[in-house]
Amino acid sequence: MAELKFTTDHEAIYIDGDTAWVGITEYAREALGDLVFVELPEIGRQVSKGDEFAVVESVKTAAEVYSPVDGEVVEANDNMEGDLELIAKPLADGGWIAKIKISDPAQLGDLMDEAAYKDYLKTLD
Amino acid sequence: MNNIPQMSSRTPQAEGSHANKGDSSHALGMTANDDNHALHYEENLLWEKERCDHPGVDLPAPAGMPLRTGQQAREDIGLPQVSEPQALRHFVRMSTWNYSIDHGFFPLGSCTMKHNPRLNEKLARLPGFAHLHPLQPESTTQGALALMYELQNWLAELTNLPGVCLSPAAGAHGELAGMMTIARAHEQKGQGAKRKIVLTPDSAHGTNPATATTCGFEVRNIPTKDTGMLTVEAFKEALYKTDPKGADIAGMMVTNPNTCGLFEKDIAVIADLLHEVGGYFYMDGANFNALVGKIRPGDFGVDVMHINLHKTFSTPHGGGGPGSGPICCTEELARYMPVPTVIKAPHLNPLPQGRGDSESVSSSAPSPHRGEGRGGGASYYYKLETNEDRPETCGRLKGFHGQFGMHVRALAYMLSHGADGLKQVSEDAVLNANYILRSLENDYHAPFAHQGPCMHEALLTDKRQKEQGVQTLDIAKALIEKGFHPMTVYFPLVVPGTMLIEPTETESKDSLDRFITAMKDIAGEAASRADAEEHFHAFPLSTPRRRLDEVKAARQPVLRWK
Amino acid sequence: MRYLPQTKNARAAMLKTIGVGSIDDLYADVPATEMGHKFNLPDHRGELEVERHLNAYANQNHAASAGPFFLGAGAYYHHIPASVDYIIQRSEFLTAYTPYQPEIAQGTLQAIFEFQTLIAQLTGQEVANASMYDGATACTEAALMALRVTKRKKIVIGNALHPDYRAVLKSYMANFDGEVEITNLHPLPQSFSLEGEGSGAKAKQGEGEIDKNTACVIIQSPDFYGQPHKYENLRKACDETGALLIVVVNEIVSLGLLPAPAQADIVCGEAQSIGLPLSFGGPYLGFFACKEKYLRQMPGRLCGMTEDANGKRGFVLTLSTREQHIRRDKATSNICTNQGLCALAFTVHMSLLGEDGFKRLARLNHEAACNLADALSALPNIKIRNDVYFNEFVVELPVNAAEAVEKLAAKGIIAGLPLTNNPPSLEGGGQGEGVSSATSLTPTLSPGGEGALLVCATEMTTDADIESLTAALKEVLA
Repeated sequence: MAELKFTTDHEAIYIDGDTAWVGITEYAREALGDLVFVELPEIGRQVSKGDEFAVVESVKTAAEVYSPVDGEVVEANDNMEGDLELIAKPLADGGWIAKIKISDPAQLGDLMDEAAYKDYLKTLD
Repeated sequence: MNNIPQMSSRTPQAEGSHANKGDSSHALGMTANDDNHALHYEENLLWEKERCDHPGVDLPAPAGMPLRTGQQAREDIGLPQVSEPQALRHFVRMSTWNYSIDHGFFPLGSCTMKHNPRLNEKLARLPGFAHLHPLQPESTTQGALALMYELQNWLAELTNLPGVCLSPAAGAHGELAGMMTIARAHEQKGQGAKRKIVLTPDSAHGTNPATATTCGFEVRNIPTKDTGMLTVEAFKEALYKTDPKGADIAGMMVTNPNTCGLFEKDIAVIADLLHEVGGYFYMDGANFNALVGKIRPGDFGVDVMHINLHKTFSTPHGGGGPGSGPICCTEELARYMPVPTVIKAPHLNPLPQGRGDSESVSSSAPSPHRGEGRGGGASYYYKLETNEDRPETCGRLKGFHGQFGMHVRALAYMLSHGADGLKQVSEDAVLNANYILRSLENDYHAPFAHQGPCMHEALLTDKRQKEQGVQTLDIAKALIEKGFHPMTVYFPLVVPGTMLIEPTETESKDSLDRFITAMKDIAGEAASRADAEEHFHAFPLSTPRRRLDEVKAARQPVLRWK
Repeated sequence: MRYLPQTKNARAAMLKTIGVGSIDDLYADVPATEMGHKFNLPDHRGELEVERHLNAYANQNHAASAGPFFLGAGAYYHHIPASVDYIIQRSEFLTAYTPYQPEIAQGTLQAIFEFQTLIAQLTGQEVANASMYDGATACTEAALMALRVTKRKKIVIGNALHPDYRAVLKSYMANFDGEVEITNLHPLPQSFSLEGEGSGAKAKQGEGEIDKNTACVIIQSPDFYGQPHKYENLRKACDETGALLIVVVNEIVSLGLLPAPAQADIVCGEAQSIGLPLSFGGPYLGFFACKEKYLRQMPGRLCGMTEDANGKRGFVLTLSTREQHIRRDKATSNICTNQGLCALAFTVHMSLLGEDGFKRLARLNHEAACNLADALSALPNIKIRNDVYFNEFVVELPVNAAEAVEKLAAKGIIAGLPLTNNPPSLEGGGQGEGVSSATSLTPTLSPGGEGALLVCATEMTTDADIESLTAALKEVLA
């Protein structure tokens, strides 16, 4: 069963079994503006929750993307290098940056669901 | 994620028009050389001109000797070729597309765009300076070394920091020199491995954390949000965060006056706390123009700082350099500074270490040429102190002796102003900034204005105009349309939509009043026009180029002619 | 006070607007103890007095233009066309800031774009940046970039790198707490060095080898002794190990005669020779070019082509997310400025030279050096050490070179750089930290040592200059 999760740092996560597809939220996309570059992670890299594993860049900003869970990077979205507009697509439809194999499913409990994330956005300026 | 920007970063055309223009329009044929009108000229790249069959310099014909390079002669390079009048016209036309200080008001915060005296240019071009090689025997360069020595003394006196090294090439390079000096000091005391944390306020210039990292330090931010100032509480919290005795602290990097244009009123207390735990205080001297000739950083606890000769001491910015960033430090740290520095040595018996004499600058003026050097009978000579003389140095950071041409210009400026003039410089710089702040605080949000006076920079934001869809970037572009260079925008990062205005002392009241009027007009238009957002997004209209598509530039970088 | 436009009346009116009684009220946040210091400095002076003061300094120096001159070693005395100085003194270039507002800085930006193109063409590389402080720092930034690209920690120096460049490299790398190893290539291929160099024994396994831990190999051509090099073998070694090949050029005029170092991954160095006076060591012009695949790891400013809202071609600073003002502690470098005006001087001078003029200039430099070598080798007991050279080479005198240089200076001839007591040793010196004392390039005055002298000739060198040198040398050697 697939579901969407969110972090306070505006990562969006699509849970596909034991794999987390990680991208960025619409809020983050709008704040960044047009992207000009995405730095993808290496396949096989072990990441801990909170590790920087990718960078998305607009003209004036480089924003690090943090891993929402512990795990291993099993796939990176190479298509994005040639087509940065992909970032605007739904995660499961090409908008993901990398897929991370989750090593501790309990960590998913720390993430927000869509309703909680929307409430969280209201607290921001 | 982090670094989510504070402003919505619209594409430069605001409508995202790059997306539907297609990529093929990158063609070099985009130029419009036939678009000339009145005094507005287009100008192609050198490579797009018809190749002249002879160059713009006449050189004698080579004799045709066989090569002794051991290699074949170079084949075609692909360089363009034009005659002298074509070359001159090319660059003169391009120059007309630039705004400069000599055009008008240039209130770029933290950049100190002041008048650049041409006397300085003239003097730097004297053959005895311009055609002097850095590796000639010192007996043939005593005048240049004496000049550097005098400049060192001026800087030492102005900062109350006796150790001076002129070699750093720019402000950021000076930061590096200063932080490496601190790193070296800790290392020599056997504390190098323990002291790895450098404290910086969140309002710091980006070069500060970048420099600290380059030096192998870890950066810890001190929040300043509410008042724009460091507080003793926030500082203590950062100082003792991971060690109750602060034994992991290498030092702090603080700009004073800070990047919000405010004097850190607790700075002496903070410096004492830092010194108690064994840390050193690095001051970013970018804002020294507010203090020069009036207040000495050594008096509020600074251990080492850099000076931007291209800011405070009027050497030209040249469209992005060359700069020059000497450092000044305490006697304790002087032995760790980079090499080389100029010392005065007894003839034929060089001092092993340090500038032992504490002779005043005025007494040395202008008697540096008592016939020392070749054939002279002087009692001392000037020499470059290298790592042989000063083995505890953090080393050499630049080829040769620094940006000497800038040293000449800066000294000419200091001599012109003198003690009385430099004091007036900082007072007028501070007066001008406060005049702007008070004149505009009712038209723009001025987050720190209620706290009291500012120093040499006034900080405003777009908070009020943003409600009408007019952002800081639009205000900047509207100023361009009105004939001004914009202020620094979106820096510092501690307040959203910042506009940092540094008028400098070289503007008259009349000039400031014109700027204030323009700013009031902009605020008025933003408030009154129903179509304010659209209206402002179109600016500038009359410039050689309108807003440029930075997204396109970054997505498909074209960095050279091909 | 001629630089200050404010009047007494204006100041009084402004204080009134601000609502304070005196200027010192604006310094309310400054503790009283820090105010009111009396500086021990003279008061302001007029233009004439300042000119007198600095003229006195200038007159004490022996300028390169004042007599025969044969000194190079990383800073070169060349002719600068009058137009160059005229252009760079135009207010619009001289007193502009970094082009952050591209709509009113297209002149600076197009000039940078042209500079980047010139450097890329000269070096045979794909991209170049908007310039660096100088050759020494450009070389260090190249090594730092190689560490980032390869994620390795070993730097191999392939030949006689300029001692200041080596010293700067060592100082910066000391910031890594000994994690970065700097080593000399071992064994040095014979053709890479002058006789007698690189004979030091290998201290431990792997030292001086290009291996899988090597981030980069740095080779200077022409090297510090003026000897041009080829890179085929090093290129091969780098390809086999994944190390980057960095070629350093500090006499950029040589690129008009020597083949382009296109095989390198990074080409960097010093471009002072074109457009910039000697100026006692600065400001000079570092350059930095590399393969396009390393673009995002490059330090420094980059200018790119784009178009404006009307679809017209224009230029902007680009890819700035690499830089400190955005990336802060994660930036590729802490560098903020480039050497904008110096890059402009270079660009103007190159545009005047053109393809034919630049190549001819290089050829004239080489022939001047050939003439100098022929004249010197005709003297008894003098040996030319280089087999090959561009415009600079080492000559072995039968006397102490430092003493000879002093004696010749007394005759008004700047004869070159004595390598007597301070040869730019290939051995690193130092004990793993800080900088080696052997890396100082200051011409030393103390006696002893040998007769090696580094001499240079350029298009400025006349037959009469060479005759003066040989005549004076005969007296000194007599």
